[in-house]
Amino acid sequence: MENWVIYILNGLYFASFLFLTSLGLSIILGVMGILNLAHGSLFAIGAFMAAWVIGSFGAKAPITIFFVGLFAAMGISGLMGLVLETSLIRPMYHRALEYQLLITFGALMLIEDLIKLVWGGTAYYASKPFTVMGNIILGDNQYPVYFIFVVMASIVAGLGVWLIMSKTRVGIMLRAISMDREMARAMGIRIGKLNTLAFGIGAALAGMAGALIVPTTPALLGIGMDPLIMAFIVVVLGGLGSLRGALVGSLIVGETRSIGIVFFPEIELPLLFLIAVIILVFKPKGLFGE
Amino acid sequence: MLRPKFFVYLGIFILLLFMPKLLPVYQLMLFESGITFAIMGLGFNLLLRYTGLLSFGHGALFATGAYAVGMMGKYFPDLYRIEILIPVALLASLVVSAIFGFICVRHTRIFFSILALALSMVLYALLVKFYDITGGSDGIHIDLPIMFGKSFEGMKRFEFLSGAYYYFLICMFAVCTIFMLAIVNSPFGKALQSIRDNEIRAEMIGIRVRRYRLYSFILSGLFTGMGGALWSFVNGHVTPESAEWIFSGEIVYMTLLGGFMVFEGPIVGAILFTYLKLYAVSITQYWMLIIGATLILLVLLLPEGIAGGFVKLFSRTKKVDDTGTAYVKYK
Repeated sequence: MENWVIYILNGLYFASFLFLTSLGLSIILGVMGILNLAHGSLFAIGAFMAAWVIGSFGAKAPITIFFVGLFAAMGISGLMGLVLETSLIRPMYHRALEYQLLITFGALMLIEDLIKLVWGGTAYYASKPFTVMGNIILGDNQYPVYFIFVVMASIVAGLGVWLIMSKTRVGIMLRAISMDREMARAMGIRIGKLNTLAFGIGAALAGMAGALIVPTTPALLGIGMDPLIMAFIVVVLGGLGSLRGALVGSLIVGETRSIGIVFFPEIELPLLFLIAVIILVFKPKGLFGE
Repeated sequence: MLRPKFFVYLGIFILLLFMPKLLPVYQLMLFESGITFAIMGLGFNLLLRYTGLLSFGHGALFATGAYAVGMMGKYFPDLYRIEILIPVALLASLVVSAIFGFICVRHTRIFFSILALALSMVLYALLVKFYDITGGSDGIHIDLPIMFGKSFEGMKRFEFLSGAYYYFLICMFAVCTIFMLAIVNSPFGKALQSIRDNEIRAEMIGIRVRRYRLYSFILSGLFTGMGGALWSFVNGHVTPESAEWIFSGEIVYMTLLGGFMVFEGPIVGAILFTYLKLYAVSITQYWMLIIGATLILLVLLLPEGIAGGFVKLFSRTKKVDDTGTAYVKYK
């Protein structure tokens, strides 16, 4: 019985990363209609930044350094997102699909090598927050507090985005853009600025996910590839550009993954893709797509 | 009615026959892999340029062709003859592209792209996970095949590649090109273009849109699988990486580099991309920076690609050129 609690908690833990990554992807897709293939690279920037900050303060630094790293990661990824949007993505809004996809594909290659250029090809370790937080006892098992912290952090981030999207003026304008671009423009909404903002928020969320992963996994080159593919699945499952969809999708994928790893590790990954494909065949717009 | 273009093609074909004399062995091998990518590019462009569907999962179909050869070598070494291997690879890509196509053509635009990507990752994950059968991430080694009764055992790969195999490859390339030209100029090809330009109107005049898209996907998959099978002999090794979405992205890149509005574009693009990538890898460890920056510049400055740019240069006086001014409007 306790094992099941562990599996489900692990599923929640996986789901938190997926949620943060796919939320960003989904906002960008929903507001701008652009599938950001470079999203995984923004995740990677966050991971490297956080690992570098935490690592460079050494072993004696207080735990608050972790939060410094977290915000630094969100800042740099968000900044990178702003730069990307204003320089490369903006001229693409009226172009055909293949150009939109290829420009982010080009950005992906560019950023991967920029990371290599800045931080070198070596791995960065930052396991301190994980060890400091210790374990709690759950029945017969011990469970890392850090995992629970990650779940909490992503809930906070999700709530924050939900509040912005549903309660503030900016959020309402963003939703208006994603519903009808031309009409929103006709109503006097300044689409350009809001696009940049949405891209920045999405990128910062990816950076946050990256920062949260480094205490358990070293920051390596190509660290963003897996999260990107997983986030695709989540977005496909949940529906393009839907916040609720990103939440439900990441819960499904996270739990399937956590339980799949235990019972059928061989086909856990293909199974996930198959679920996504089946849902797309029967519900082409995803579970919560409009 | 032989048009001047025919003589240009013929001239290029004759030039290709002398390539082994002109290029050093290493360059020739690179050129051969470019040719196999070109065959794939022809197939890919049938879908993109003529049907208006952007697949982001064509790497999986390429891998199908390559793995068909590898698996035949692993499990049926007696049948390891090129005249059997090529049909088997085509059959395998027929099956896989029929399954992919059946699912994908229900959607268009970005849904189609994501769905193709997801399906290609299914194949990738299967190739990696079932390592007992597929060799996992190590892949499968490809031996030299028996070609029309002639065995090449004991021969070095580069000797094989600069000898008999080169001429075989060039002939297959010519056959594929002619075949693809015939397809795009046939009533079927015109029907595909009408679907691309206006789906509803095409349906109104009695074209079965979804079925034609499926046929187009399958044909495209056959060419791609053919490219994969021929490539496997050049490369000597197949890995799941060719099914990964990064490679699928590179296929789109190649096509854009050459110019997808022009029939010959993917051929030019595939060969250029092969050299560009290898050149970038050889001069710096930051080769992705070069490739990525090139891609971005291309999208921003030369969206019609290199071959497309040439065509535009020479047909500036013509108001409507035959390279297709009308292109899918993604709404």
